[in-house]
Formats: sequence, C-alpha cells, structure tokens
Amino acid sequence: MLMKLARLSLWNRRGTVLMTWLSLTISIALLLGIDHLRTEAKNSFTSTVSGTDLIVGARSGQLNLLLYSVFRIGNATANISWDSYQRLTRHPQVSWSIPVSLGDSHRGYRVMGTSTAYFEHYRYANAQPLALAQGEQFNGVFETVLGAEVAAKLGYQLGEQIVLSHGVGAVSFSQHKDKPFTVVGILAPTGTPVDQTVHVSLEAIEAIHLDWQQGAPMPGRQLSVEQVLAQDLTPKSITAAMVGLKSRMATFTVQRQINEFKAEPLTAILPGVALAELWQMLSMVENLLLLISVMVLLAALVGMMTTLLASMKERQREMAILRATGAHPWYLFVLIQLEVLLITVLAMLTAVLLLSGSLFLLQDSLAASYGLFIGLNVIKLTTLYWAAGIILLAMLLAVIPAVSAYRKALADGLTVRL
Amino acid sequence: MTVEQPVTDKPKIPAIELKQLRFFYQPDSWQLYLPELRLDTGEHLFVRGASGSGKTTLLNLLSGIARPVSGELYINGQPLHQLSSSKRDTLRAQQIGVVFQQLNLIPYLSVLDNTLLSAHFAGKPKADSLARARELLSRLGLPETLQQSRASALSVGQQQRVAIARALLPKPTLLIADEPTSALDSDNRDAFMRVMLAEADANGCTVIFVSHDQSLLQYFHRQLDMQKLAEGVQPC
Repeated sequence: MLMKLARLSLWNRRGTVLMTWLSLTISIALLLGIDHLRTEAKNSFTSTVSGTDLIVGARSGQLNLLLYSVFRIGNATANISWDSYQRLTRHPQVSWSIPVSLGDSHRGYRVMGTSTAYFEHYRYANAQPLALAQGEQFNGVFETVLGAEVAAKLGYQLGEQIVLSHGVGAVSFSQHKDKPFTVVGILAPTGTPVDQTVHVSLEAIEAIHLDWQQGAPMPGRQLSVEQVLAQDLTPKSITAAMVGLKSRMATFTVQRQINEFKAEPLTAILPGVALAELWQMLSMVENLLLLISVMVLLAALVGMMTTLLASMKERQREMAILRATGAHPWYLFVLIQLEVLLITVLAMLTAVLLLSGSLFLLQDSLAASYGLFIGLNVIKLTTLYWAAGIILLAMLLAVIPAVSAYRKALADGLTVRL
Repeated sequence: MTVEQPVTDKPKIPAIELKQLRFFYQPDSWQLYLPELRLDTGEHLFVRGASGSGKTTLLNLLSGIARPVSGELYINGQPLHQLSSSKRDTLRAQQIGVVFQQLNLIPYLSVLDNTLLSAHFAGKPKADSLARARELLSRLGLPETLQQSRASALSVGQQQRVAIARALLPKPTLLIADEPTSALDSDNRDAFMRVMLAEADANGCTVIFVSHDQSLLQYFHRQLDMQKLAEGVQPC
C-alpha cells in the first residue's frame, strides 16, 4: 500500500515530477559521464603504449611528441632526418626501433609509414603484440595493412585498391590518385589508435611524394608507378621513432644522449613519464569538471526538494486524510522518502540509458578525432559508489520535506486549513 | 494495563469516558473544559456548536491526535491521556473511524483503495478486508463498477459514503463525523444520515457527530451543546 501510495501520488503530480526527473536524469548522466570519460580516457591512453622505452622526435615538448606520435593528436613540428635515425638504431643500447612517418590520410584515417618492425615490436595494453586478422604484412611498396576499424567502417576487403590523400583532413582535395595501394592485411582490433590507422611502408610514403614539392604535385613532373619504383626510395626523414632498449636501466642515459645529440635537435621521452605529466595537467580540469557536475547534481536535488516542499501545501489534505485514517507521522515521513527514492532511482536508470546511448552515438567520432576509445559499459564499481552517494544525498535532502510532512501532521491534526 | 472502573450501575466499560478534561494551546489563551462525559457502546451523540466553539479541538482530543493538558479520557477503557503519541495513532487506526466535512478521499486512489487504507493502517490482513470492503461499499450504494474508478470521479454524496465505508472497515468502536453533511443537499443529507447510522448500528459502533445543523438532532439519542459549556469554552 505504501508503494502504491508513493507511486500513484507521484503519478498524480506527474507534471512537476517529470521535470524533476528530467533535471535529475541530465545531471546524473553528466556526473557519470564525466567520471566514465576520465577513467576510460586514462585507460585508453595508458593501453596504447606498452613496452616502448623511449619515443624520439624532433625537439619539442614531451607532451606534444607523445600526442602526435602515438595518439595521432595534432601534428609534428619537425621531422628527424634519416641519418639521425640510422645513428639511433646503431646505438649499442637500442634493441629495436619502429620508425613512424605521418602526414597523409585516407578518408579521415591517418596513414602511418613504418617498417615491419612495427608488427614485430609494437605492444599495446598488457604487452600484447599486434595480430593480423586477415592477410599478411606489407612487402611491396604499394601495399597497405589496415587497422580493424578502418576496414570495418569503410568495408574494405583484402585485395581492394585504395587511394591516399595528402594532409590529414577528412576531406582532402589533393589525392595521390595515380598511385593506389592494395590492401594486403587487416589487423585484429586493439582498442587503440592502431585500429584507425592505415599502415604503409616508409618507402611508400617516399614514393607517393617523389613528384611532389611543397605539399602539391609538381606540374609536368608526374612519375608513373614504374618510374617511381625504379628510384631510390630510402626516406629522407621520418616523424618519430619508438625505441626499445636492451636494458631498462639504460633508459635515462640513452634519453640524455639523444637530448644532447649534436647533429640535430632531438627529444626523447619516456611514455610513462609523459603520460603522468598529461594526467597531472588534466587532473585539475578533470577535478573541475567533476566539481561542476557534482554542483549541477546538487542543484537538481535541491530543485527536487523545493518541488516537494512546495507540493506539501497542496498535499495537506492528503496527509490529513492519511493521518485521520490511522497513519503515524512516521508513515508520512517514509512516504516522502520513498517518493524521493523512486524519482532518484528512476532518474539514475534513465541517466545510464542516456549516457550509454550518447556514448554509442559519439564513440566513433571520439575515437576518430581524439583517438580515445570509450567503452559503452558505464556500470562499474565507481558507478555503484556514485549511485549510492547520490541516493544517500537525495534521501538526506528529502529529510527536509519529509520532516515538514511529519511536523505538519502533528500540528494540524485532523483539520486542514485551506 | 489497569483501568480505573467508574462506579456505575452498568458494569460494562463505556465507549467514551472523560473527566475534568482540559485543553489549551497556551495557558493564557482560550481553554476547552469538559467536566464529564460518558457514552456507552452503541450510543449516538450529537455535538452542536458554531465554529470556534472548540468542537474540532474536542474531535482532535477524542481521536487521540491532541493530548489533554489535564483530566482523564478513556476510549473503551484505554487511558488516552496516558498513551504515547504512537500508541494513540495505533488506537485511532484500530478503534476510531473519522469522516470529514468533505474531500475525505485521496483523489488519485481508487474507491476501493481509499476504503482499504483504514484496514491497512489498522494492520488487518488485506484478504479479509477486501471482501468486507466490497460488501460495505455495495451496501452503501456503491456498486462494483464504481469501486474501481478514481475517487475524484465520484459525486460529493458518493464520496461521503465511501468515507463511511472506510471509517467502518476496520470495525472501529467509535465513529467520529465532523459535519459530514455540510456539503450535501437536504435529500442527500437525510439519505446519508440514515445510511451512516444504520451501518454504525449494524457494526455496534458508537457515533459522535458534530454539526451546527439543529435539524439533524432528531437522529440522535443524546446531545452535547458546546455553547452551553460557556464557562469552559471561550471562543478565540
């Protein structure tokens, strides 16, 4: 009966209850969303680089280097010359290295020139190596291996021909039309930016730019595929390199040596340290966002309380009837609390649905533009903590209208002053 | 529980007994003072008084919502003036039925649910109450088809009859009615009085009926005139 009373009473006031429910839904979704995004973003970033000891690029800030080399966010300020890279690979402490050459794209997905060392040494998540879902690594110059999402979203199969575009925009007007690539392999999904990358060899990057200058094709100097293949395709420069060392102990020594490299201004970073710096930078923003969303939630809860308090006046008759029929004042207290609980739990459920729905819609664009892989499952341990906290807070605030109902019940008796 | 047995010629416990009952909100404001009142089970009392004469306060006292400042008040031998607020609530739920002037029902509940409320608060099992509620409602002229509709869909006369059904459902010993006919026209009023008193008699229920309408006096065994308690009751 108590439940029926609470349910039907809410339904009877559905106009205001709907508004309260809506504002609670939005604020809870905001709070859970921000919490979800920050943990997922961290996971996504952290799982992207694993096992790489140093990342080497042209002289720049360590965050900038980390973001463009690994996460494909932003662009490189300068390149590393091929000579410097060669000297780096010959360093006695260097066990392996993966060259990275960026700057082209295919229908919004970034193209990365690299060597087969990439398939051998690149690790993500818990030191997992890359796996080919279909096909094989690239061997020829005009061959490409696609990330899982590129293949899935664009519907590419092995053997298909694709054309790369110059620059990294989704829509590019300068395309390398004359030199199409054949899809020879498709990688298994990794949940990292690898899924959104079109992989080609360093020679391929060199090859499609041979007849270009200053970012545009040179008029009257078009080279055919055969002519290109006849040329020396050794790259002149690369964007960055991921390096694995023989001994982790040497990391700081090698880092210092690279940073002090005389022939060219270079920067070497430790991915873990750079990530830590990123978190530190983001933590203030993160906490601020969280604080704002907690405030929004608080405002919504206070709004609910205000609505309930205002409704106590029109419900005086209802309360008096319950009281005359034999309800203890406590019963009325519990009734109000139950109503709050119903609204809050309902709002929480719709908030989770709203959040999952929006994540489902935004997942691809977040992954495409920020390299962030956000999971759809918003329910985890911290969500339960938040939920418990929200309910507790709601019940706590509901004490005010509930006590008002309780005291009015005691003071008014059977009479109702209308 | 020891109950002081009044020395009377009848050995049975009276439905209501009050002695030297005094109530006030503040010592210097008006007071309600009733030197003595005794009502046997099944008796119907008509309490007459204009507004401000303290009849609502009397009803609050009798139903256990307010507590007398001094004096003694027994309902079925239970010393209401000594019971805690929560015990008085339980007593009200189980032994006292209340009918208001109007707007007796919770508008969003069905007629049947409104009726069942009293049994719910009295802690009676729902299965037993359901059959009795249906029967009571039918006897009061509210057929099954009406019992499922929302209370707000009924006419005032019908609503007042639902209120009687609700008040009588947990088999109370005392039925308190606070001007229940004031919103009814004369035909409805007479029908209501007959039905209410008949049902009260059928349930062996003592009735305290408050009204300023002198013409209703004909239905009652006894009357209490609030105005005549001039020395005790001072209008505010």
